[in-house]
Amino acid sequence: MIDDLLTPAVLTGIAYSGIKLATPYLYATLGETIGQVSGVLNLGVEGMMLLGAFAAFFVTFQTANPWLGLLAAVATGLLLGLANAVITVTLKAEQGISGIGIYLFGLGMSELLFQKSLGSVETVSGFPAVRLPLLGDLPVVGDLFFNHSLMVYGAFLLVPVVWLLLHRTTWGLRIKAAGQNPAAADALGVSIARVRYATVTFGGVLASVAGASLSIALLNVFQQNLTSGMGFIAVALVYFGGWSPFGALAGSLLFSTVNALQSWIQVLGIPIAPDFALMLPYVLTILMLAFPFRKTRQPAALTKVFERGET
Amino acid sequence: MPRALARLQSRLLSPSWLAVVTPLGAFLAALLVGAAMLALLGVSPVEAYAAMFDGAFGSSNAAADTLVKATPLLLVGVGICIAFRGGMLNIGGEGQLIAGALAATAAILAFPTLPSVVMIPLGLSLGFLAGAAWGALPGLLKARLQVNEILTTIMMNAIAVQALNYLLRGPMMDPQQVVEGSFIPQTARFAVAADLPRLVPTRLHAGFLVALLVAILTWVLLWRTTVGFRIRAVGLNPFASRRAGIRVGRYGVMAMILSGALAGLAGAVQVMGVNHRMFTDGSSAGFTGSAGFNGIVAALFGQLHPVGTIPAAIFFGGLIVGANAMQRAVQIPSAMITALNGLLVVFVVSSDIWRRRMLQRQQRAEAARALQSSEAPP
Repeated sequence: MIDDLLTPAVLTGIAYSGIKLATPYLYATLGETIGQVSGVLNLGVEGMMLLGAFAAFFVTFQTANPWLGLLAAVATGLLLGLANAVITVTLKAEQGISGIGIYLFGLGMSELLFQKSLGSVETVSGFPAVRLPLLGDLPVVGDLFFNHSLMVYGAFLLVPVVWLLLHRTTWGLRIKAAGQNPAAADALGVSIARVRYATVTFGGVLASVAGASLSIALLNVFQQNLTSGMGFIAVALVYFGGWSPFGALAGSLLFSTVNALQSWIQVLGIPIAPDFALMLPYVLTILMLAFPFRKTRQPAALTKVFERGET
Repeated sequence: MPRALARLQSRLLSPSWLAVVTPLGAFLAALLVGAAMLALLGVSPVEAYAAMFDGAFGSSNAAADTLVKATPLLLVGVGICIAFRGGMLNIGGEGQLIAGALAATAAILAFPTLPSVVMIPLGLSLGFLAGAAWGALPGLLKARLQVNEILTTIMMNAIAVQALNYLLRGPMMDPQQVVEGSFIPQTARFAVAADLPRLVPTRLHAGFLVALLVAILTWVLLWRTTVGFRIRAVGLNPFASRRAGIRVGRYGVMAMILSGALAGLAGAVQVMGVNHRMFTDGSSAGFTGSAGFNGIVAALFGQLHPVGTIPAAIFFGGLIVGANAMQRAVQIPSAMITALNGLLVVFVVSSDIWRRRMLQRQQRAEAARALQSSEAPP
């Protein structure tokens, strides 16, 4: 039975879907990473993903143009991210709880809009797979890595971009300062509120785009609770990846590969309960959190409200 | 006159009054947003809200259903009061509820011939214990290894759902399902001895009384015992508590254990009082109806006070029942209530800033007064 899994065709199949399915985790985790590095925890990623997925799907369904759908998701994410910034930065709400509020809002709102506007599960033709010239013609490697939807390439390209932003720009320094020692950064003239508004809003956009990658690039459908917990996993992946974009990449790939493996196990009819495979990443995450292998610490000011004059 | 006004204002805005004014204000705001949404969807808000109220409280059957829905919210919510008061953000109500329900289910299915007097306490206490265990792990990890409890409780939710799916598709599946080949992931119906007694000729079961009792006992625990005092002290200021000789880690873990235990009890009450079997639709909300999250909403609305959580839980139970009535009457999906609940949470935690500002202003005024009286010659 296990031999069925170890054929080259199945292994490349698992690797291909693993790469593809990493996309929503990547967008969401990278957005959450930037927010957390600046000191703000967004637990509402799941709700933002659902609303982004719906907005992208609905517009693509109406206009048959996935680019407009993506634009709708970006606009939705901007609004949600900005609202979250008002809640967490200006109104200084407890982030662990306000995030649950945003999750419930997104869960209910996306279903309400879906049932009132479409009612039944439809499909769209979203972003198709694009075989890259030259690279895509390579044997095996071309099929695996260079024959994906544009949104998949975008997610992987975002990893070094976010790394450069955080570690090679002045903005990155300000973001890290806001998350590590906001009082010192504030004394040096960095506006903590402005930095956090930017990171939280950007995080909202990426969460929304993560949802869109599901509804108009990977699955091309929308249904109630489409994301089914991916947004919460993205939050955990930030810790898993030690607040680094490349850590986020590793975590996303691990989760998506386990998902791909699990669906192949079912397709091949191998009598292993898939539930244990699905449970594994969560157990691993708890273990990783409990026994940090690297010396990474969470940003010192994470979830702490900044008030000038308090230390 | 201006003085009377100022006094009224300061009374209205004093922290104890804000405890009532803030949630009501947040509720009104959510109600208004909901009305705007209904109007945009082409439905008269008055008609929709009337249908909702009628569906939730309009008849004795409706009111009983409301209390049935309120029961898990109250138990989870009271647990949340303990955890949050102890400085633990327990987001794991869903998982703890499932763990409790699974443990009760396993015992009831394993010993189908027990009489009610043994069966019911056995099921409830196993639910309590399983929930406690599910809450203990994140608590211990936080106390011993400083692992963020928000993350671990969310992970424990997902693990509980996978365990539920595995057990109901495998070892615990109704044998009848296997014989008939339908393979619906649910257990057999429990022995009737495990059914919680009905209170009046409606669906209302004794679990609601259990929840009320637990809420009052929790109030006693938190405000009338040393353990409760220490839990609250640890939540308010862990550093000062440590200086005062309180074992901060131990009381944090205790808060998580109690919180998980009450959510687990909610799960046992739910299967024994309402469903009489365990089932899954693959996600966590299929069985819990998001009670693990909505319990947080109820606790926040009750100002993290176990007794305040009683009316809050009944209110949110009414919202759930009323939402279904509204769906039938004006064809607005009941999901709207989930969205409004979310907004409510956001409004309540966002408006907390006013309360904190008032507190600060009062403290400053008091400090200034103390300074004045100490400087003044006797």
